[in-house]
Amino acid sequence: MTHPVLTMTSISKTFPGVRALDGVQFRLFPGEIHALMGENGAGKSTLIKVLTGVYSPDEGAIDLAGTPVSFGGPMQAAAAGVSTVYQEVNLCANLSVAENIFIGREPRRLGSIHWGEMRRRARALLARLDLDIDVTALLGTYSLAVQQMVAIARAIDIKARILILDEPTSSLDAREVEQLFRIMRQLRDTGIAILFVTHFLDQVYSVADRITVLRNGKLVGEYPIAELPQLALVEKMIGKELDVLERLEEQPKRDLAALEASTPFIQADGVGRKGVVAPFSLTIHGGEVVGLAGLLGSGRTEVARLLFGADRADSGRFVVNGAQTPMRNPVAAIGHDIAFCSENRRTEGLVGDLTVRENIILAMQAARGWLRPLPRRRQDELVAKYVEALSIRPSDPEIPVRNLSGGNQQKVLLARWLITEPRLLILDEPTRGIDIGAKAEIQKLVVQLSDGGMAVLFISAELEEVLRLSHKIAVMRDRNLVSQLANDDTVSAEHIMQAIASAGGTGQ
Amino acid sequence: MSALKNHRLFWPVLVLVALLTANAIYRPSFLAVQMRDGHLYGSVIDIVRLSAPLILVALGMTLVIATGGIDLSVGSICAISGAVACFYISQQPDQNSLASVLTALVLGLGLALVLGAWNGVLVAIIGIQPIIATLILMVAGRGLAQLITEGQIITINSSPYKTIGVGHLLTLPFAIFVALAVTVLLAALTRRTALGMIIESVGGNAEASRLAGIRSRRIIFLAYVISAVCAAIAGFMLTANVSSADGNSAGLWIELDAILAVVIGGTSLAGGRFFFSGTILGALIIQTLTTTVYAMDISPQTSLLFKAVVVIAVCLIQAPAFRDKFTRRKPTAVSQKEQVPA
Repeated sequence: MTHPVLTMTSISKTFPGVRALDGVQFRLFPGEIHALMGENGAGKSTLIKVLTGVYSPDEGAIDLAGTPVSFGGPMQAAAAGVSTVYQEVNLCANLSVAENIFIGREPRRLGSIHWGEMRRRARALLARLDLDIDVTALLGTYSLAVQQMVAIARAIDIKARILILDEPTSSLDAREVEQLFRIMRQLRDTGIAILFVTHFLDQVYSVADRITVLRNGKLVGEYPIAELPQLALVEKMIGKELDVLERLEEQPKRDLAALEASTPFIQADGVGRKGVVAPFSLTIHGGEVVGLAGLLGSGRTEVARLLFGADRADSGRFVVNGAQTPMRNPVAAIGHDIAFCSENRRTEGLVGDLTVRENIILAMQAARGWLRPLPRRRQDELVAKYVEALSIRPSDPEIPVRNLSGGNQQKVLLARWLITEPRLLILDEPTRGIDIGAKAEIQKLVVQLSDGGMAVLFISAELEEVLRLSHKIAVMRDRNLVSQLANDDTVSAEHIMQAIASAGGTGQ
Repeated sequence: MSALKNHRLFWPVLVLVALLTANAIYRPSFLAVQMRDGHLYGSVIDIVRLSAPLILVALGMTLVIATGGIDLSVGSICAISGAVACFYISQQPDQNSLASVLTALVLGLGLALVLGAWNGVLVAIIGIQPIIATLILMVAGRGLAQLITEGQIITINSSPYKTIGVGHLLTLPFAIFVALAVTVLLAALTRRTALGMIIESVGGNAEASRLAGIRSRRIIFLAYVISAVCAAIAGFMLTANVSSADGNSAGLWIELDAILAVVIGGTSLAGGRFFFSGTILGALIIQTLTTTVYAMDISPQTSLLFKAVVVIAVCLIQAPAFRDKFTRRKPTAVSQKEQVPA
C-alpha cells in the first residue's frame, strides 16, 4: 500500500465533563473509502471536527501528505484539500444552485463575478455527478437528495484530496443512495480518500474498503472490510453482544383481527390535502401499531401531519372515539390525546435553548396553559422518571437540550409526549440517525406502549423495522396510500417493496 | 474565578463598575450621597432615578424580543400615554386632586392597552413582521400624541402627578420604587407562572412550539400588550419629570436605548432565553454613560459620538469571539457554549 494521505496520532479532546477523544489514531489512504463507525457519542463527529479545524485537539498531531497541519477552521481545511459534507445539508436554500457551489470562491473577471463561467462550471460539476438540473434555480426548490448532491459537488470542486461524508445517506432513498455510492466509487478511483460516517451497516459493507471503529472516545481498531463481518462490527461498536433486537423478533404479535374488533381510536375517511397528499382512509385502534412504509417523499410525513392537525386537511373527515372531529390544529389533536414526534428533531421538535427538563414538560405545560404552571416538584419527578426510563444521557436535566447527541434528543422528544399519556403516538422516523443501542431501546418501547393499549403510527424508511413492529402496514406511493396489509407471517420486505414499486392493488 | 467570569452578568457588571470608577476618579464627589430635607441626593441616586423610565421600557422590550420580535413603537406610546394623562389633568379644576390624577393614569394605561393590542394583532394575528408592524405606530403614534396635545406642549401643575417623576418615598426617589414594583411584578408574572418558559420556547423555536401545542399567537400578543403598558408607565414618569407633555420629544429614541439595554443584558435579538436582571444592568449602564457625558463636560457636539464608542466597546467586550482574539493567539471557530461533544 502507498503512504497514507492523512495520519492522526494520539488525538485527545476533552469537553467540560466529557473525554470525547482519548488518544485516537486514524489513517486514510488515497483512493479508499473508509468507514468511521461507532455509536452516538463514540467520538466520530468530534474526530471529524478536530480534523477540519472546528476544534483544536488537546493533544496529538495531524499529518496531511507528510506535512504536519493544524487548521484554524473548515475553510482552511477545505483550502488544503479536506472537504466536508455534513449530515444536515448546510447550504443556503435561498441562493441558486450555482451560487451555492461557488459561494466564497466565485470565478471573477475584472473584480466582478463571472456569472456565465460560474453557471458553466456548475453544470459541468453536476454532470460529473449525473445530475442535470437548472443551476440558476433556487436550491430550496430541489429535494433534500439533490441538495445533498449539490453539497458534494461543492466539496469536490475544492480540489479535494480528502472528502468527509458525515451521514450523507440519512435523508436519501434507496435509489439515491445507490447513485451516491456510484459517485463515491468514481471519486475513489480518481485517488480521493473518502471518510464515510453512517449508521446504516449494510451501506458500509456495500461501499467501504476499510473500517475504523471508535467506542467511548477510544480507538477499538482499524480493519479491512473483509476481515470484519457485520456481527463482529456491531459487537466492537457496542462492546457487548446485542440480542435485544433478536428477542423482539421472537415475540409473537397479537392478532390483528382481535385488535381491530373494537371501535377504532381514530378513523380517517377520505382525508387529504390538495397538492400534498391524496385522500386516504385509515383506521388505528388502541393497542395497534400501524406502520407507514414508502419511499422518501411518498407522503408518509404528510399523512402524519394531517392526523395531528399540523397541516389542515381540505377534504374528508376524522372520527375520534366514535365522534366526528375537525382536526384544526395541533392544540385540537393534543386535546384528543394525540402526540406527534416529528422527524425533524431540531427544527420541529426541540427548543435547543431550553433545558432537557423544560423540553420534556413543554407539551404538558402547553396543555395546562401558562397560568397553571406544573409545580416544580412534579416536574422534577416526571423528568427524573423518564430520564431514567429512557436512559437519557447525560442525565442532568438542567443542561440545554442542544448539547445532547441525536439519539438522546430523540428520547427527550419521546419523553415530552409520553408524560402527556397519549392514546395515539405518531412517530415519524424515530430511529433515524441514532445508534443501534438507542434504536433497540426505542423499538422495545414501542412494543411496550402498544401492549399497554396505546395506538402507535410508526413511520420509518427502514422496512425491517416497520415489519418487526407493526400489526398493520400502510404503503405510500407518490402521495397516495396505495395499500394496507395485515402484517402476518406471509408478509415480507419483498411484499412491501412490490407494493411500493408497483401501483399497489390496482396492478400495472 | 473562571466560574465567576463565565457568569452571564460578569461583563455587564464589570462595565458598569468601570464607568462608575472612571467617574469617581474624575470627580471624587461622584459617589457621595447626602441627606437633604430628609431625602437622599447624589449622582448615583440620580442615575438610578433617571434610568427608571428606560428600565421600564426595556423590561417590556425584553419580553417582546424574547418572542423573536421587536417593538419600535414604545417611544411613541410613552408620548401618547403621557399626553393623555397630562391633557386630562390640565382639564381638571383642581389639578392637585389625587382622584383626577389616578383617573388620568387609568386613561393613559387604558389607551396603552389598546395600542399594545393593535401591535399584537398586527404581529400575532395578521402576521406582519414585527419591525414593520411596530414601525407603523412608531411614526403614526407621534402624530396621535400631537393630536391629543393639539400641537402644543401641555403644562400642568399637579403635585401628585409630579411625584411619579421627582417625588420621594422613604428618603429615596419615588421612581425607583415604581421601577422596582414593575420589575417584581413582571418577574412574578413570567417566572411564577409558565409564561416565561413558554415565551422562551416560542422565541427559541416557533414551529416546534406550535407542534407542542402552544398557542403562540396569544403569547406574542400578550408580550406586545405588556410592552405597551410598561412604556405607558415610563411615559408618565417622563412627563412628570418636566410637568409637561410634549408629543414630539417625550420618549424620543427611547426604543433604541431599550433595545440596546436588552442586548447588553444578554438576551439574544433572535429570541429565546431572556434575562430581566441583565436588562436592568444594561439600562443602568446606558444612563450612567449619559450622566458621564454631562459630568465630564464633554461638549454636546461630541457626546453622541463618545456614547457610540463606549457602546461599541461594551458590545465587543461581551462577545466571546472578540475576547478570544486577545486572550489566545489563534481564534477558535466556535465559542465555548457551542462546543458539543458528539
